[in-house]
Amino acid sequence: MSATLAPAAARPAPRLFASPGQALAAAAIALFLLLFLVWPVATVIYVAFTEKGSGAFTLINFVDFARTDLFVRSFWNSVYVSAMSVVLASVFALPLAAITTRFEFRGAALVQTLGFIPLIMPPFVGAVAMQLFFGRNGSVNLLLDEGFGFKIPFMEGLNGVVFVQSVHYFPFILVNLSAALRNIDRSMEEAAQNLGSSGFRLFRRIVFPLALPGYLAGASLVFVKVFDDLATPLLLNVKDMLAPQAYLRVTSIGIADPMGYVISVVLIVASILAMWASAAATRGRDYATVQRGGGGLARRRLRPWESAAAYAVVGLILALVLAPHLGLLLLSFATVWSFSPLPDAYTLAHYGRVFGASADYIKNTLIYASLAGLIDVVLGAAIAYLVLRTRLVGRHWLDWAASAALAVPGVVLGIGYLRTFYGVQLPGGQPLATLWITIVLALAIRRLPYALRACYAALQQISTSLEEAAENLGANKARTVRRIVLPLMTGGILAGFISSFSTAAVELSATLMLVQSNSDAPLAYGLYVFMQSPAGRGPGAALGVIAVVLVAACALLSHLVIERGQKARGAGH
Amino acid sequence: MFRRLAVLATLAGAALAGTAALAQAPSGKVTVVTSFSKDVTDPFKAAFEKAYPGTRLEVQNRNTNAGVKFVEETKGNNQTDLFWASAPDAFEVLKGKGLLQKYQPKATGIPEKIGAFPINDPEGHYFGFAASGYGIMWNTRYAQANKLPEPKDWSDLAKPAYYDHVAISAPSRSGTTHLTIETILQGEGWDKGWRTVKEMAGNFSQITERSFGVPEAVNSGQTGFGIVIDFFAFSSQASGFPVKFVYPTVTTIVPANVGIIANAPNKAGAEAFVEFALSPAGQEVLLEPSIRRLPINPAVYAKAPADYPNPFKDPSLGSRVKFDVNVSEKRTAVVDGLFDQLITFQLDAIKGATKAVHEAEAALAKKDNPQARALVKEARDLIAAMPVNEQQAASPETAGAFTGAKEKGARQAELEAQWAAFAKERYAQARAKAEEAAKLAR
Repeated sequence: MSATLAPAAARPAPRLFASPGQALAAAAIALFLLLFLVWPVATVIYVAFTEKGSGAFTLINFVDFARTDLFVRSFWNSVYVSAMSVVLASVFALPLAAITTRFEFRGAALVQTLGFIPLIMPPFVGAVAMQLFFGRNGSVNLLLDEGFGFKIPFMEGLNGVVFVQSVHYFPFILVNLSAALRNIDRSMEEAAQNLGSSGFRLFRRIVFPLALPGYLAGASLVFVKVFDDLATPLLLNVKDMLAPQAYLRVTSIGIADPMGYVISVVLIVASILAMWASAAATRGRDYATVQRGGGGLARRRLRPWESAAAYAVVGLILALVLAPHLGLLLLSFATVWSFSPLPDAYTLAHYGRVFGASADYIKNTLIYASLAGLIDVVLGAAIAYLVLRTRLVGRHWLDWAASAALAVPGVVLGIGYLRTFYGVQLPGGQPLATLWITIVLALAIRRLPYALRACYAALQQISTSLEEAAENLGANKARTVRRIVLPLMTGGILAGFISSFSTAAVELSATLMLVQSNSDAPLAYGLYVFMQSPAGRGPGAALGVIAVVLVAACALLSHLVIERGQKARGAGH
Repeated sequence: MFRRLAVLATLAGAALAGTAALAQAPSGKVTVVTSFSKDVTDPFKAAFEKAYPGTRLEVQNRNTNAGVKFVEETKGNNQTDLFWASAPDAFEVLKGKGLLQKYQPKATGIPEKIGAFPINDPEGHYFGFAASGYGIMWNTRYAQANKLPEPKDWSDLAKPAYYDHVAISAPSRSGTTHLTIETILQGEGWDKGWRTVKEMAGNFSQITERSFGVPEAVNSGQTGFGIVIDFFAFSSQASGFPVKFVYPTVTTIVPANVGIIANAPNKAGAEAFVEFALSPAGQEVLLEPSIRRLPINPAVYAKAPADYPNPFKDPSLGSRVKFDVNVSEKRTAVVDGLFDQLITFQLDAIKGATKAVHEAEAALAKKDNPQARALVKEARDLIAAMPVNEQQAASPETAGAFTGAKEKGARQAELEAQWAAFAKERYAQARAKAEEAAKLAR
């Protein structure tokens, strides 16, 4: 903050506002965030700052936090797991992104889509499938034990969390990095080649640094998401991490303890710090390149042995990260699968059972997730533009507030919505919170950071000289944004939409609080309902497969649209 | 749009109900918030709607905690008619906040108690409709592969053979596990009971945060043995999983409940559902293989399969422990807090100490050594040591820290930090002593 304010203050007349239109947009976004994020969350977590008994303002709860061995241990465990997850996720994502964008590689679109699927891990059932594959007595370990007499603790302890989180979230890096690689000016690469650089050196010195905004957008998302994720540690029964501690505290009944909210505050602050740090890492450097529409970097043809190696690497990574989904698929066809490498027998009955029930769920999921994704890219693109292209006072707060949504536990948001909107009655006495649009808003708020980071990275790569050229030719701001900025951001915006859309489609924690009737429920809720009983495991898995296929199909579709758009523009040159 | 239509339909339904008020026939949408799975709710929904034509049961699935929070947060403009879940303590919380409507069921043939547990809330705020007991469930393939014997009682799970093979859900997260722990504490006494619990805890492979996490782990064979409520095991068997179940000697049979929410929008419909759940027709639904819970109407057992457990006939089921609800209620949060601080969040430490004790005892079995034996006993006592005694646990000062009492006093976080430090220190000492004993015995 200070870094950006200092030069502004040094100028003779600091320009507080850019244009009335931009100020208006900023105000509208601020109002939206205030109404649907800050206020509902504040109604819940203010407890963190109150004294027991009197309700007076105090910071003693934070002192308790620092004095409690468990919380301090949890904090450092969370930091360790998040950092290691970024490293491992990069190991998965870098080869996939580089191979599919830098080389002529058949099936690049397919790899991009498959590499994206791990993000769509349906709640509960995904966990069961993963245990059946990688768990202590999962297929892999049973076979290892039988053949070689040892087991690998893939899913145990903190390193188990690192493994599962990297598999789950590496697509954030993949998607954002790929979008960034596609946006690099080919002339940069050619210049470097003319100067004698090639191969890995070229990648390391020219290509990767230019794609850094995309990589950092993905990496910071992975870091913060892992830091704030509670589902995976809990599924592995790791409880000494921060987010699970907050969740366990907030959701236990009969306990009016402020510590859960104290931890939530710590999570929010840590997330904002991480986002700020990633922004600081790219500050003061210019990633923008002027040439557009060239279809990105030159794609080199692979020699046969290189091609074989590339396929082997891609195949290996995909096999590893898609194993949970293969497990899910098997589970959906399995009769009984217990303490054995493969199910006892196969059946189609589970699909039969969910077939009738799932039509409503699918329809609702598609409506909710696409509306949420749409809201997210509109807000994300607008915030990114305001932050990077205007000098509006307090613009960074929009960015940080939106990013903080990542750190708000779903239950806290859910309770906040009930508290804020249930009292608001619609004509007819129905509470506002019972309308399905509330679920859409909660989903949009929770997934906004994904779209925001993607849009931010995309805009960072666009040179302002293009906009200045348009303005010199007489276009006003609005027209420049519409005709120049937005088309150039398309890749990033679509990447953001896909991330928001597909993760919104399988989100549960806030939804579970807000769903008011079965006819308004999304797929994730249907899954939850099935996964509470032994007989529901198969149908739950079937529903999970349907969810994954559905979301993946939408992702593939958007991906094809990007590819086609780029080809069309490339051809026009 | 759908909503709007639904509102209109409800309004129309309400208007119809108004004109037909003389007939008192329940109709329209009956909204129930429940923690029960589809396997339980679907058969009930079908049977209820058949018994009361014109009604529509709207089932909202939420876990018990989320359900309680939901009812609490929405009380200003309540749209829920019924709360339907297992754990009696969740109903106690709702009752304590004045969120449950009093009602006098008309159903007959239901005794006052099941085992030692009263079936209905004595003040008439919620009603038992099915009973369940706690016990041990295990995966037979897992047991065979690891050559583990079949357990019969809680104390069996404390044996060295079961090290790292047992799963439980945290009592702070699962009302049913809470009752299991409380039953052991009441059945064996505070100190002896905690000793049993901690000796078992030394063998835990995982402590899940959902009740259903345990049967799930046992069904899939990720862990061998689980401490669960009976119907999880029975319905798993009915689904074909290779699992078995046993009721230990110290167990209690407790009712799962249904209650009417205060200011229910469809009061007549809510009452109709309560009556249906308690009627013979409703009780028979419990016998379905996917549900498999114990009816509270003794007459219904005549229609049950031959091997169905019957707490009204089998005296070993639940009547050994005189479960005192008042004792339980006073210290609910404290017992959960103790379990979390001494066991859940210290699992590695308590397991390490227990493993050391097991190894020392194995060494002693081969070659006895009185000095080492004394050390092992000390180690066991250190593991079993409790930071608070029974009186302190139930005292208003301690309990007040956990229930957000308005008066000033110790904060929950303070107490928890003390307990955790107490346990951590003793587990480390116990481990050192046991290791020393093992050296002496060699």
